[in-house]
Amino acid sequence: MAEGKSYFIDTTKCIACRGCQIACKQWNQRATEKTINRGSHQNPPDLSNNTWKLVRFSEVAGENVKWYFFPDQCRHCISPPCKEVADGKAKGAITQDEKTGAVVFNSKVKMKPADFKEIREACPYDIPRFLPSTGIMAKCTMCFDRIKEGMLPACVKTCPTGAMSFGDRKDMLEKANKRLAEVKKVYKDATLANPDDVRTIYLLVDDPKKYHKFAVAENTIGITRKMALKRLFQPLTSLRHMIG
Amino acid sequence: MTNHYIDFRNADVILNMGGNVAENHPVSFKWIQAARNKGAIFIHVDPRFTRTSTKADIFVRLRSGTDIAFLGGMIKYILDNKLYDEFYVKNYTNASFIVNPKYNFDDGLFSGYDPTKRAYDASVWVLEKDEKGIPKRDMTLQDPRCVFQLLKKHYSRYTLEKVTEITGTPAADLEKVYKAYGSTGTPDKAGTELYAMGWTQHTVGVQNIRAMSIIQALLGNMGIAGGGINALRGESNVQGSTDQGLLYHIWPGYLPTPQAHLATLADYNKTTPASKDPRSVNWWKNRPKYLASFLRSISGEKATKENDFGYSWMPKLDQGQDASWLNLFDEMYKGTFTGFFAWGMNPACSGANAGKVRQALTKLDWMVNVNVFDSETACFWKGPGMDSKKIKTEVFVLPCAASMEKEGSISNSGRWMQWRYKASNPPGESKPDGDIMYELFKKVRTLYGKEKGAFPEPILNLKWDYETNGHFDIHKVAKEINGYFLEDISEHPVDKKAYKKGTLVPNFVFLLDDGRTSCGNWLYSASYTEAGNMAARRKKTDPTGLGLYPEWSWVWPLNRRIIYNRASVDLEGNPRNPKRPLLKWDAAGKKWIGDVPDNAVPPMGTHGVYPFIMKPDGVASIFGPGLKDGPFPEHYEPLECPIEKNLMSSQRINPVIKIFEGGLDTFKTCDPRYPFVCSTYRVTEHWQTGVLTRWLPWLIEAEPQMFCEMSLELAKLKGIKNGDRVLVETSRGKVEAVAIVTSRLKPFQIAGNTVHQIGIPWHYGWLHPKDGGDSANLLTPTIGDPNTMIPESKAFMANVTKLTKKPAQKG
Repeated sequence: MAEGKSYFIDTTKCIACRGCQIACKQWNQRATEKTINRGSHQNPPDLSNNTWKLVRFSEVAGENVKWYFFPDQCRHCISPPCKEVADGKAKGAITQDEKTGAVVFNSKVKMKPADFKEIREACPYDIPRFLPSTGIMAKCTMCFDRIKEGMLPACVKTCPTGAMSFGDRKDMLEKANKRLAEVKKVYKDATLANPDDVRTIYLLVDDPKKYHKFAVAENTIGITRKMALKRLFQPLTSLRHMIG
Repeated sequence: MTNHYIDFRNADVILNMGGNVAENHPVSFKWIQAARNKGAIFIHVDPRFTRTSTKADIFVRLRSGTDIAFLGGMIKYILDNKLYDEFYVKNYTNASFIVNPKYNFDDGLFSGYDPTKRAYDASVWVLEKDEKGIPKRDMTLQDPRCVFQLLKKHYSRYTLEKVTEITGTPAADLEKVYKAYGSTGTPDKAGTELYAMGWTQHTVGVQNIRAMSIIQALLGNMGIAGGGINALRGESNVQGSTDQGLLYHIWPGYLPTPQAHLATLADYNKTTPASKDPRSVNWWKNRPKYLASFLRSISGEKATKENDFGYSWMPKLDQGQDASWLNLFDEMYKGTFTGFFAWGMNPACSGANAGKVRQALTKLDWMVNVNVFDSETACFWKGPGMDSKKIKTEVFVLPCAASMEKEGSISNSGRWMQWRYKASNPPGESKPDGDIMYELFKKVRTLYGKEKGAFPEPILNLKWDYETNGHFDIHKVAKEINGYFLEDISEHPVDKKAYKKGTLVPNFVFLLDDGRTSCGNWLYSASYTEAGNMAARRKKTDPTGLGLYPEWSWVWPLNRRIIYNRASVDLEGNPRNPKRPLLKWDAAGKKWIGDVPDNAVPPMGTHGVYPFIMKPDGVASIFGPGLKDGPFPEHYEPLECPIEKNLMSSQRINPVIKIFEGGLDTFKTCDPRYPFVCSTYRVTEHWQTGVLTRWLPWLIEAEPQMFCEMSLELAKLKGIKNGDRVLVETSRGKVEAVAIVTSRLKPFQIAGNTVHQIGIPWHYGWLHPKDGGDSANLLTPTIGDPNTMIPESKAFMANVTKLTKKPAQKG
């Protein structure tokens, strides 16, 4: 649990400049989507096959208005539920790097749309996306090609305010907890989002739902009701795979 | 900036007013965050709650165009509560100076106003001098005619109640800001102010900044680490452009452009600022040396003592001529001139009253458009409402290199001149601007040689040898800007040393008025010396720990990082804040330790020189008699405003602004057809008119279309829902936009009335993308500040209505 890498995303420092969103696009050479202004600065409106890092804008109306920024991305879970499901669908579709903990979608493995749907629903954060014409899944790669060479992920490198940090999990947890203690002096409701279960740790100062519907996991990590039911029947399926 | 970006981290209180720093200077927010990490308070004052506001410890709102009322209230608060730095005010400002008895102020007007001319006779505002020509003073600050008492009297009218009535800011919020910022009046605390177009783009723009300068002078925040008056410039090299004299009214190094009646060099030099006070350095007294050296850079060998160094070949302004942007496009519209270079700009979208600008372009015989991408200016003739068959303008489009495709320097807001290298070759036939200018002029000169022309001397005599192996060489330009010794000098008057002909001068102190030196821009002298290209230095050492980084790039003047830094010490030269020792006098070594001192003289003591060396009196101006609209800032309403009367006086608008009337220059105030205050602004994702950013797919993806932000209350009033298409209009034009209905904007209570405010970005243009929307400047008025003529783009009156039809396809 203390091994591998982690992100620490301090939303109290995020100015929603979109540098991370665009750095990700540029490094990974993702195509643009046709967008329109729907009455928000959030664009594209959601994560997609081409958008792996998205700054979400959430306004909380009131006398003292609040505007929360959530630079959404894959959480690179410690026990990724997407992988648990995918392992039963197509071998090698999703791997978890032993050294860093990066959860990576294999861009050469095709997935059936129905299987992809299950994988997406297994994710408490609604991260996995898919291109039906090719059957390829896509999401944040933890800039695996960069971190392998000792570089920072593109989003972290670009962030001007220090909202995004990346490093050894031990150090990131320490930084996150230290900052949480500081921030709690002013914001009593400050929390870290599922810090024990994910490698992308967000610091939030308010109810997570005010940031984003999927800011934190609703149930225990990875076990949605659907999945729990499936697990009852899974032993037979995995057995079949083991036999080959 | 008097200070610089990294210095923000030294502040105890940071005020961002007249700007939106996180959105428009996101990288600089790193330094603000560094200050916050150390416990600094960050205050954001803005009509809207923006991305910057989310990081503010204190956020308060004010109505666009009421900054002087707000700041006037702060001046009163500082005086009433004695929060000012008394030592600083007495010794480093003109607070103690006596003002002549003819100066007066009554009901919105200063003495000396001529209503027929709409101008002041500023001679009635002079400070009193004794028989030796030295300003008279009362160091007790009690004399009713001293600046300090006149200041008190002037701002006694800016009570919390009055300010609230005008700005719409609740009194409790005003006090919160005043108290927090006022806390920096002690020597151990530093307050810095960051502003941009939110302050400058008003008919009282310059006075907005003056008001803050007064506050900074009262609190002792000028010339210290973490203090200063800091303009967040809107372009990476606009500081460089004004330094190099690209505006009509200045030559490089801020030498004033001569008017025609200054026919000889001697006439021009007679206007050199003078001071009889031996304690005032009055650095501008050296101007004749800089002028002579500049003229020698221009005309080289042809400039001699006998011909006034070619002064008569230099273009001059007609007496009283103002050739600034609004006037320039007005003359273009009238057909006064027929040729135009639109170089690295997009006036069809950037000019106030852009509809008039677009019409003006149709009057031209020819236009040369130099830019990286196509634009609404290059294509004006096929824009909305244009009939290209009726337009005779011949347009030449010259593609130019982007910033990473050429070598040269960029001077940032903090005056840091940073050399950039070329990363890749420009595509196709694009050339760097320097190459285009260089080759173009060579061809012009050849034609003059053959065909003569009306006045060939300036063209034929121009020194134009900035090439190596037949190619434009920017290093030669950089060196010319630094300056050379043009003859062997056996014993230089300054240091008695010998200097050889053809070597680079060490700095401007070595420039002479007798033609033996050349210098393209005295301010930049010392940037490229015999030791090398100072702007290209990249050492990360920081001996003071204050973020000065003296060997990273080069800063004007003389690599001095914080201007007026001798105001940071006491009379003996000890830092008044030992925790941030910007400067310290080393008595044994007889030198200053820390930043490059301003300037290298011993501490002021009782007979030494004052610290504000560029000012004729050597001290900071609390009373500022040099501006067109008055020596103290006074609140006036914008040209188009939501209330009939100015609540502060009978003068509704700035009494000296030039009114453009008739034709396309309409304006409407208190007109029920245009009931809402409209402001224009920027977003992180786009830049200026979007002429570069709208062509970049990842940026357009993030911020695709023209939008109009409005409050929930206004949306309800007009039946507009979030995401609806709306039409925003003024008496000058209309633009379609998407409504962003948000509680980040709220209506203001102004003198008992509800005043709504809306806001639009000015990043879009009809050319691309097709569904992006057109320019916000189609709405803005032709009116500007009387000192600078910068247009009042931040406060005008508009209407917004829901569109029920589908938007028309453009082009």
